Amino acid sequence: MPQRTFLATEPLIRWGWIWDHLDEIRTQTVEHFILTGIAVGIGFAIAMGLSIVALRFRRTYGPVTWVTGVLYTIPSLALFAFLVPYTGLSTLTAEIGLVSYTLLILVRNIVAGIDGVSPAVREAAVGMGYSRARLFVEIELPLALPVIVAGLRIATVTVVGLVTVTSIIGQGGLGLFILDGLRRDFYTPLIVGSVLSVALAVVIDVTLAGLERLLSPWSRARTVS
Amino acid sequence: MDLLADVLAWFIDPDNWQGSTGIPNRTLEHMRLSAMATAVAAAVAVPSGVLLGHSGRGGLIAVSVVNIGRAIPSFAIIALALPFSIRAGLGIGFWPTFLALVLLALPPIFTNSFTAVRSVGAEVVEAARGMGMREREVLLGIELPLGGPLILTGIRVAAVQVVATATLGALVGWGGLGRYIIDGFSVQDNVRVFAGALLVAALAILTDVAFGVTERILFAAGGLRGHRPPARMERPA
Repeated sequence: MPQRTFLATEPLIRWGWIWDHLDEIRTQTVEHFILTGIAVGIGFAIAMGLSIVALRFRRTYGPVTWVTGVLYTIPSLALFAFLVPYTGLSTLTAEIGLVSYTLLILVRNIVAGIDGVSPAVREAAVGMGYSRARLFVEIELPLALPVIVAGLRIATVTVVGLVTVTSIIGQGGLGLFILDGLRRDFYTPLIVGSVLSVALAVVIDVTLAGLERLLSPWSRARTVS
Repeated sequence: MDLLADVLAWFIDPDNWQGSTGIPNRTLEHMRLSAMATAVAAAVAVPSGVLLGHSGRGGLIAVSVVNIGRAIPSFAIIALALPFSIRAGLGIGFWPTFLALVLLALPPIFTNSFTAVRSVGAEVVEAARGMGMREREVLLGIELPLGGPLILTGIRVAAVQVVATATLGALVGWGGLGRYIIDGFSVQDNVRVFAGALLVAALAILTDVAFGVTERILFAAGGLRGHRPPARMERPA
């Protein structure tokens, strides 16, 4: 066990340290945001593909959710550890892990959202001569938007949390401060990293919620159960 | 694959099966702490969730708990638990990990217990009251058994998360299977890292499967069937 020199007298926050490290704090917050954005972006693209396949060929939905479910169950540190021998302590390792955690949530929500589209609406569109692809893009996706955005919000908040763990495999982001605090027995960066990662998650969550309201004005009037 | 052969050799090596740093002891440590944390969290969160759900109030609390719980990274919870544990004189290792895991397990168990009771059909509860059941009987005889599967799902989600996060306990001086990964990283021993990851992943998946089986035994045909609502009530068309 590593030698610990933590003192009960060490103050929880040394404001001087924060003041001196404002630049680095800003840099790592941006880094955290970028790592999250890449993971959710790629995850969304893959999940959309998987969902289209699952919607078209119903039988694949079970296996798809099973595989993404197993990925979701594997602890993040273990998943990163599996990849390190192959892809090293790299951003690629971090992103593969992060992307795989978004898939289950996103696929479930995309499929549930599309499934929730009223058959009457679908039939009307088909009756008007909509092709399968046009029906999907112009009718089903917009109507499923609230459920899909709900999935995106959960996935994003989850990834913001998991990005803190990637500091252990040498990546940047706010987890760096947490790890630094643990390693140097110094509370201030530990608390700064934790608080900011929560703040980042909340800000992104609220932003996405606002975006959803902007993109689907028709759902505003509907009562949310 | 060279690595996989080395990992296999690591698993065969009798040295890795002995003593306080051996696989059996590390696994036991990991399981014991996870079980304790989940049990303590369930003892707190199930009654409070169920009672609040029965009262018909607190929907906002339930939603807030789940949102806040999700926004706080588990790594941050474990890291934050350390200074507080030290200040409280509990030291490093066991206590910060245990406290963090309990905190982490509370939201999913609470929210699921709350939702479980809430989602019991109003017509069922009305019927029970109409038959002259008291509040206590409605809660214990109707809402709790009907909400059982969902409550267990909450405990299952929490347990899997706890097993996963207990890995990070190695960063605050605790043992468990995370030691192989964290120590492996610090001495750049990919074999130990990979072996540790295998063990942790297996334990997490086994936990999930074990709960799945328990769920099936308890609530599927032959179990508490007498208490199960007819299918149409469970899934309104």
